[in-house]
Amino acid sequence: MMTMVLKGLSALGFIAVSAMFLIWLERKVSAWIQNRLGPMMTGFQGTLQPIADTIKLLLKEDIVPKGVDFLSWWLAPFFVTVPVVMAFLVIPFSSKWIVLDLNVGVLYICSVTSLCVLGIFMAGWGSNNKYSLLGGMRSAAQIISYEVPLLLSVLLVVMQAGTLSMQGIIHAQAHGWFILKPQLALAFLIYFISATAEVNRVPFDIPEAESELVAGYHTEYSGMKFAMFFVAEYTNMFIISAIAATLFLGGWQGPWLPGVVWFLIKAYGLIFVLMWMRWTLPRVRMDQMMSFAWKVLTPIALLNLLVGGWFMLK
Amino acid sequence: MGELFTVNMGPQHPSTHGVLYLELVMDGEIVLSCKPHLGYLHRSIEKIAENRTYTQFIPFTDRLDYLASMNNNLGYCLAVEKLLNIAVPPRAQYLRVIMAELNRVISHLVAIGTFAQDLGAYATPLFYAFRDREKIVELFDEICGGRLTYNYIRIGGLSGDVPAGTEQVIKDFIKYERKQLVEYNELLTYNVIFLARSKKIGILTQETAINYSVTGPMLRASGVKWDIRKEEPYLVYDKFDFDIPTGTAGDAWDRFKLKLDEIEQSLRIIEQAIGAIPEGNPVSKVNRVFRGSGETYMRTENPKGELGFYLVADGGLMPYRCKIRSPSFSNLGALPELVKGLNISDAVCVLGSLDIVMGEIDR
Repeated sequence: MMTMVLKGLSALGFIAVSAMFLIWLERKVSAWIQNRLGPMMTGFQGTLQPIADTIKLLLKEDIVPKGVDFLSWWLAPFFVTVPVVMAFLVIPFSSKWIVLDLNVGVLYICSVTSLCVLGIFMAGWGSNNKYSLLGGMRSAAQIISYEVPLLLSVLLVVMQAGTLSMQGIIHAQAHGWFILKPQLALAFLIYFISATAEVNRVPFDIPEAESELVAGYHTEYSGMKFAMFFVAEYTNMFIISAIAATLFLGGWQGPWLPGVVWFLIKAYGLIFVLMWMRWTLPRVRMDQMMSFAWKVLTPIALLNLLVGGWFMLK
Repeated sequence: MGELFTVNMGPQHPSTHGVLYLELVMDGEIVLSCKPHLGYLHRSIEKIAENRTYTQFIPFTDRLDYLASMNNNLGYCLAVEKLLNIAVPPRAQYLRVIMAELNRVISHLVAIGTFAQDLGAYATPLFYAFRDREKIVELFDEICGGRLTYNYIRIGGLSGDVPAGTEQVIKDFIKYERKQLVEYNELLTYNVIFLARSKKIGILTQETAINYSVTGPMLRASGVKWDIRKEEPYLVYDKFDFDIPTGTAGDAWDRFKLKLDEIEQSLRIIEQAIGAIPEGNPVSKVNRVFRGSGETYMRTENPKGELGFYLVADGGLMPYRCKIRSPSFSNLGALPELVKGLNISDAVCVLGSLDIVMGEIDR
């Protein structure tokens, strides 16, 4: 019992530190891409900037706008953050470092992370703001649509590995990463595109589209509630990259270095790709995104599942 | 049809380019009607003109289209010179052309950057555009001491000669900017998402454009070959060889691409002008105050379209009336027509492609 609590607390600590690091990294990556320096004033290369930001957000007034649907407005940040924390239960940092290796790990993490949409929708609905409402509606449509190809691509991995346990899938990749198998390479691509849409990153940042909807569903949030959305967003980014690393890139496996280092290198490498995309690409339109999900990605994922399954049977 | 609701976009909104306020009636995400409300930046510049001498009014023209101050100075000074029959030294004429074209380049750069920003390419193209713009802004700072409001072109000439070495700086910039134009094409113009977002969006037909008296790049993107620099050449524009790029479809992408093409043409003009600047003094010995009578209308090709100054003088020290025909104001008029029935994302895209500056809409 005691070890479980300790493991849980260390996961919480990791979430906080990781989100802070990612916020710093995003500001630095964007600065490098844009010929700027990024934060430089607080600490070496601005490394203390996230701490200063956290203190600022903690001290800010928590504004309750007029006419909000209080319960859903107040609960929304928790509904967004709690699933993110829950997902850390089954993330395998190394062969030993996992809070609980559930035998239905993949199923669990997929179902838990898709709960986030509830919180986003509650925020959009409860804020009593038209921009928030549009953002919430958009994100509900987007996240539910992209769940389908995402799960179809994950299913193929489960079929290949023959297990739903996260550690089991990593062990199944002992003789070669899944991304190197042709039918699974396509699944990785489908997973990565859908996952980008899942976490509302460019080019699918439609729910918070700054130039259209100001800030989308979290327009009306300030102070710590805003920070919770922020932490959830960045941690979600880590989770989808961690899942991708586990399912397709061999997880913590790798020569010379300890497992946890390999795992973090793979996860943060994928996060860097997400950031790279965000600061390079324009945004797609709502209807373009939906038709891409249903008319392109889902049929390809289904076909991929069929063909991949047939090859596995042979 | 669902329940209709009104979205008040602006005057504080990330993509309304200043303090424009759009009243959008929406059915879900579809814009049914759009009503621009103006006046948040009104400073009654036209009335101020009636209470200032001709020379004193020049700094106020800087604040019209604040991204193209040189062009505004030029338009006003040409109008006064036409009214009062003042000769301009040849060196000043060439330098004026160079300044106006350089300012056109940096005004278009801002338009390109902000348009990409409106399409969600967050900040990166804008920073690239501002990096290039900075080079010219610094040059203008060297020349006249201002980075945004230059007040450099004066009645009868310029406020002073350019410092030594300016020609080399401009030549370097031309070489540099030609390379950058390729980068913009790679990053934006032929990007698949960018094309999907801006092609066939907000199509402005030739007829509608002419009916709304749309001018400048917006008119040319609709396929009308109309440029005051060719139609009614002022200064020494008739001595230079340059083309008028035109679009075909008149959509948002054409309006964007046209600006890149126009930058190239401006660079061509600057290249020719720089080799032909005559020697002499660009500052002519004219009085600081003038008395004139009669009326005149002078129009020039600003980066955003035709800028016209209508001056009426009654023999006093100040103009009796100064009417400013600003291009952004007329171009904005076509917006409600263009965004009807579009998605809100596309409405933002169309607004960005108009390239308006509130400073000259609200005068």
